[in-house]
Amino acid sequence: MFKAQYKLQGRLITEEATVDVYNSTVQIYNSTLHPDQIKWDAPVSGTVYGTLLNYKGSLAALGDSVNESPYKAPPQAPILYIKPANTVIGYGTAIPLPSSIEQLEIGATLGIVIGQTATNVKKEYALDYVVGYTIANDVTVPHESLFRPAVKHRARDGFCPIGPWILEKAAIPNPDNLAVCVYINGELVQKNTTSNLIRGISELIADVTEFMTLYAGDVLLVGVPENPPLAKAGDKIRIEIDQVGFLENVIVPENEIFSGGDVQ
Amino acid sequence: MKRARVSFAGAIHEAVEKNDMVQLTDGRMVREDEVVWLPPVHPRTVFALGLNYADHASELEFKAPTEPLLFLKGPNTFVGHRAESRRPVDATYMHYECELAVVIGKTARNVKRQDAYDYIAGYTVANDYAIRDYLENYYRPNLRVKNRDTCTPIGPWLVDANDIVDPMNLPLRTYVNGELIQQGSTKDMIFDIPFLIEYLSEFMTLSKNDIILTGTPKGLADVKIGDEVITEIEGVGRLVNTIVSDDVFQRRS
Repeated sequence: MFKAQYKLQGRLITEEATVDVYNSTVQIYNSTLHPDQIKWDAPVSGTVYGTLLNYKGSLAALGDSVNESPYKAPPQAPILYIKPANTVIGYGTAIPLPSSIEQLEIGATLGIVIGQTATNVKKEYALDYVVGYTIANDVTVPHESLFRPAVKHRARDGFCPIGPWILEKAAIPNPDNLAVCVYINGELVQKNTTSNLIRGISELIADVTEFMTLYAGDVLLVGVPENPPLAKAGDKIRIEIDQVGFLENVIVPENEIFSGGDVQ
Repeated sequence: MKRARVSFAGAIHEAVEKNDMVQLTDGRMVREDEVVWLPPVHPRTVFALGLNYADHASELEFKAPTEPLLFLKGPNTFVGHRAESRRPVDATYMHYECELAVVIGKTARNVKRQDAYDYIAGYTVANDYAIRDYLENYYRPNLRVKNRDTCTPIGPWLVDANDIVDPMNLPLRTYVNGELIQQGSTKDMIFDIPFLIEYLSEFMTLSKNDIILTGTPKGLADVKIGDEVITEIEGVGRLVNTIVSDDVFQRRS
């Protein structure tokens, strides 16, 4: 049993619950509930940063092209991008499928939640700046070229489900060895582990804060494993991260959401 | 009306310009060198445009893009008027970029270009520094080049949209140590402001206080430690910044 911060829909405050990740239950107001029984808001408030090509397999998947034009060399420093405020939604909220797009890439990723202002942090102290961990789905419109920033592909409304909670750091003694699984409509479609990260959690925090400050509440997504699964309208996406929990969202055509067709 | 956020005597004030002075929320009039200038808008989602002036694109040996080259910036990078920006010791080419910053005034979704100006609260000046040493060819320009702490001065004032007759015809100028070194006009943007608002709001929702940095014209040059860099847009403002070394930040590589 560990503590977790969470937000409920319709409440401005962040609250604290006790979570039993193994049995998928959460204790709120003296009730023991399954995450599906709760209307969650995203538990985060700061800036959400994604990390490109941080799985060994995702870099390997580029093959020789990393040395060819336009890339010319493998990445030297963390390649970051921002998932802006409009992208963030909670557990159970529908992911809008834009009308011009058939399929979306599911980006299963561990989210490191920052607990205090972190500037130029040394690797050995990096975890001191972490308050806990969450799960994110870094949803993306599939795109081949990684040469230009993919704002139009990554920054659409609802493209970053996060939750259901921020699990306290003490619950995860080793964040560099967590299984990450994606299920679509109940079927396991991807399995990887954070032990395959190029930069593990501490190294990533150190290398990022060398050039930019992270603030309390910011979320650093550690990266998406290679071969992200594709999903379409109606698909139920479940991302499971060992010891952290699971995050579920359904993909719904955006015109149905805006006409009141939100699903739960 | 020109509005600012300043710190004075231990408090943060929403200030306005009056008779070339700064009028604080409580009515006090103070001189502009008596306050600490903060970014005039608390940044949330901030877009920046690369290569949005044809002359600048050719200067960097790129052909002009057919679709906006966009990237996003985090809140860590912003500093106000008269702030200091850090040049790392290993940098060999750090350049300023004088840019018109468009501040969104209300939620915008699927806005057509003819309505775009209705969604603008006002304008300010930004200096979107880049350190080209750190350019890599993935999601270029990446955050390590463009989102460094202290490397996006913005301000001093947020000028109400109604006070700018034609934002697409404003002279931009950059001075380094008093010497005019970059000149252009917003009329030379490849993708103009109404286009950008239509383009962005077609695939995502814009919110009040989101900011669009609209790109810079040609005339880039390296700036050195100690340089005073002034980016100026006629009718909008004159943003002063100083380049400082790692020593000032007590940073060792």
